Amino acid sequence: MKPAEFYMRDRTIHPPAYDRGYKTSVARSPQLPLLTIQQTASEITGPTFGHNDFGPLDNDLTMNFQHGDMPVGERMVLHGRVLDENARPVPNTLVEIWQANASGRYRHKKDAYLGALDPNFGGCGRTMTDESGYYFFRTIKPGPYPWLNYVNSWRPRHIHVSVFGTAFCQRLITQLYFEGDPLIPLCPIVQTIPDPDAVQRLIAVLDMNASVPMDCLAYRFDIVLRGRRSTLFENRLEGN
Amino acid sequence: MQNLGYLKESTSQTAGPYVHIGLAPGAAGFKTFDSELGQVIAPEGVAGTRVRIEGLVIDGLGAPVKDVLIEVWQADASGIYPHPEDPRAADCAKGFRGWGRVISDFDTGLFAFDTIKPGPTAGRGRAVQAPHISLWLVSRGINIGLNTRMYFPEDSDLHKADPILNSIEQVVRRQTLIAVQTAPNTYRFDIRLQGEGETVFIDV
Ligand SMILES: [Fe+2]
Repeated sequence: MKPAEFYMRDRTIHPPAYDRGYKTSVARSPQLPLLTIQQTASEITGPTFGHNDFGPLDNDLTMNFQHGDMPVGERMVLHGRVLDENARPVPNTLVEIWQANASGRYRHKKDAYLGALDPNFGGCGRTMTDESGYYFFRTIKPGPYPWLNYVNSWRPRHIHVSVFGTAFCQRLITQLYFEGDPLIPLCPIVQTIPDPDAVQRLIAVLDMNASVPMDCLAYRFDIVLRGRRSTLFENRLEGN
Repeated sequence: MQNLGYLKESTSQTAGPYVHIGLAPGAAGFKTFDSELGQVIAPEGVAGTRVRIEGLVIDGLGAPVKDVLIEVWQADASGIYPHPEDPRAADCAKGFRGWGRVISDFDTGLFAFDTIKPGPTAGRGRAVQAPHISLWLVSRGINIGLNTRMYFPEDSDLHKADPILNSIEQVVRRQTLIAVQTAPNTYRFDIRLQGEGETVFIDV
């Protein structure tokens, strides 16, 4: 396939840079319009990864930081597919996740929350999608935690997700939430999203069919990256 | 009416303050993986001029952002991207990754990375793009990753023909994408998120 552009990003479904309700964004948001460009090789290419880059436990957060025991909390499978806007699978792409433990505590130098650290839980994982765009992790359901936005702001249970696609312009970081969590509509970070349907698309669904009996529940979360034009109408992206 | 059947892109959410746990766990203070991704952009021995780039990401109040993570993407010294859709990919420098992850220092906000200087790359049609490094910034308070580019100050002739630089209507703002040389093969590139001297960010 000849190179072709990716579809214009639909900014109406993404949070604006500036959102008064998410206070940290106020001084970190550009005020001038983004520069509009037509994509070049710099945007339609991107890093590639090989299976050599990964270890066998990288996608199992219940095992990849063990110091003798299982971590505490609800064991769960997180699985789904990475697709593009054309509904085509994105194979062999890197998916990385990070999260708090069951107490809502992050294993990070800068997190001083009261919730206990778990000696058997690190909180990060990574994997590559297979040929059909499918990925899975095994982990612990993260707990909610407080943060000083307003004095009583709480994050819903969430897992941070980072995805690559095949091109640097597809790079995306988001967060997934859990079906039924009453904190979702109260969260100032969720509230940065201008489109209620877009919020719904970030909520992972309980998937009993994928649950492992006597072991763990499962949640399904599909991720959609920008799609690209077919090359039926060439407009000479590359030289000659 | 029929439905086109397109899906919607997943909505961005901030990477938050603990982005290092997922993308640079060593910096968060622990080790899980045998190798962290994005540590080496251009291994020793890859052809090209070795350069060091350092700088600050500065917020709208003039304060350094101390919890930013930047991903960089660039071509090799011949202007070839290590990616199957670069028509010259087969000739890309062996071992060259072109991609790296850079974090700011938790105390000072300073970031630094070592790489090789990229060559000019193919633009659209017959255009040539001046040597540049693409950057993508995420952090707490950044709701959707910010894309920009860094160019090298010694390439002023190539800058005159660079389609992206030339598309910046306010000529004075083009300077925000051009690094300053501070020592041989060492460059300073400060990124201003907001206000006076605001960096040009690109809707890629
Ligand atoms: Fe979080």
